[in-house]
Amino acid sequence: MSEALLSVRDLSVEFTTYGRTQPVLRGVNLDVPARSHVALVGESGSGKTVTMKSIMGLLHMPPASISSGAILYDGRDLLTMSRRERLKLTSTDMSMVFQDPMSSLNPVFTIADQMSTILKYADRRLGRSRSGRERMQRVLEVLAQVRMREPERVARSYPIMLSGGMRQRVLIAMALLSEPRLLIADEPGTALDVTTQAQILKLLKDLVEERGLALLMITHNLGVVRETSDYVYVMHKGVVVEEAPTADLFASPKVDYTRSLIDAVPRLTGARPAMPVEAAP
Amino acid sequence: MNARQSPLLEIVDLAKTFPVYNAFGSRVGEVTAVDHVSFSIRRGGVYGLAGESGSGKSTIARLIMGLLTPTGGDVLLAGSNITGTLGTRAHSRQVQMVFQNPGSSLNPRRTIGQSVAVPLEAHGHPRADRRRRISELLEMVQLPASFAERYPHELSGGQKQRVAIARALAVAPQLVVLDEPTSALDVSVQAKVIDLLTSLGRQLDLTYLFISHDLSLMRNFADEVGVLYRGRIVESGPTAKVFEHPEHDYTRLLIASVPVISAEEEALRPKIPLIDGEIPTAEKLLALRESQRTIEVPKRT
Repeated sequence: MSEALLSVRDLSVEFTTYGRTQPVLRGVNLDVPARSHVALVGESGSGKTVTMKSIMGLLHMPPASISSGAILYDGRDLLTMSRRERLKLTSTDMSMVFQDPMSSLNPVFTIADQMSTILKYADRRLGRSRSGRERMQRVLEVLAQVRMREPERVARSYPIMLSGGMRQRVLIAMALLSEPRLLIADEPGTALDVTTQAQILKLLKDLVEERGLALLMITHNLGVVRETSDYVYVMHKGVVVEEAPTADLFASPKVDYTRSLIDAVPRLTGARPAMPVEAAP
Repeated sequence: MNARQSPLLEIVDLAKTFPVYNAFGSRVGEVTAVDHVSFSIRRGGVYGLAGESGSGKSTIARLIMGLLTPTGGDVLLAGSNITGTLGTRAHSRQVQMVFQNPGSSLNPRRTIGQSVAVPLEAHGHPRADRRRRISELLEMVQLPASFAERYPHELSGGQKQRVAIARALAVAPQLVVLDEPTSALDVSVQAKVIDLLTSLGRQLDLTYLFISHDLSLMRNFADEVGVLYRGRIVESGPTAKVFEHPEHDYTRLLIASVPVISAEEEALRPKIPLIDGEIPTAEKLLALRESQRTIEVPKRT
């Protein structure tokens, strides 16, 4: 792939705790071209969240340290630019949808308060400013974009007054406030019921297509990968073990680990391909 | 042979309501969590209860375990009514439960051996034999006997869940209630735990009540299912039949919402009409169907 919007080059990250250093990412390469939908899939401990945190600059350093590599956004290395410049990018042009809609919202502020604060800081970083009224207008506009039927009512609400699905929509709306080009979604909808999750995934897909965003989806659910992405990276123990167009990966996984991961997923048809079957008595 | 066919557990018209209090502590109403549910599980069978949050599936598990008292209905075990003895020692010898999160269902200050010994102590298993029984149980769940000396934090999630299974099997129960036993685990670990449960069920002639929101898993593990919606079973039957020919709209919506990984599975998912370009919520879909039904009736007559 050429001309990627986001390009992670040979990224290695290690964690030092109690004097012991443990490699967590080992030479991760990953490309997200503009307008593409890329999935990063792996089990717990595979390093997918650390990869996401490295990209967004959310790693706690120490204990983490980036031992080598580059993270290019639009051709510029996020790791070598000034903190100010990096914040400008990560809080405006790159946006993040967090996993848990219950804990990612502040319980003591209304949705409108929280969203206009985000917008205010995003504007400040971009050297823009708008009045409170204009900010509110933008907030309502974005809430309508995530298909909220009553944006005014939602804006006035506290998080506790909204259902899980609506809170997840608010989180997506927050990510869209600053009109980003790249959306990074960390397990969106996994904390929700399956019918609500289906709605959220469809919404995310529609939005990304309508606005021509690039989407990097981090998930452990292979079904979600197949349903939302065109290209997929499989991580295992801090290494990208396989990458392929999504359809190809499911049709013919090349690496044993990917194959075993796919085979471990229970099928809706009831077929259990290549499971470690014990000999029948 | 007749004993095999007869149901081990029968739930008849089970109901549970919870009182709702206002800020001053006076009772202002009640919520119905389980609304006259009936089903039965044949001896050696796996009955799956599928439903989303708030459907009442965990409440049913708690009622059967005697952790909650039903407000109505009966529970029959092997033909005898045990509604009055739910939660007693005699009951817990026959019915055991594996909880969802092995991280919080094992006491962090007890070794694995001590945790598994609790039900043995409670049921007066001879002291001299306990150590042997604990090793036997750990071996049954494919863990080395040396794990008895370890603490929960030294084990992985899958290993902890195996310990929870060993603890549930300690008193040799007939029925094991599995409340989302693998939802906290990775898929590869989940596959192994489910395989273990399947082979243990066969070896020990166990009957399972399997509670899950994961429909793909349910399709593979349960031989009969009941779909719960707002405290009621809206559809039940043999797993293959319910999944291949779902009749209730809610079941159809539930199956249609599962993210799948192959074209065969995709073909199996019912088509759900989009409302305003969006996947409808359960309430909306059911309301739409209700209104269509009332329109259709005069046409037919």
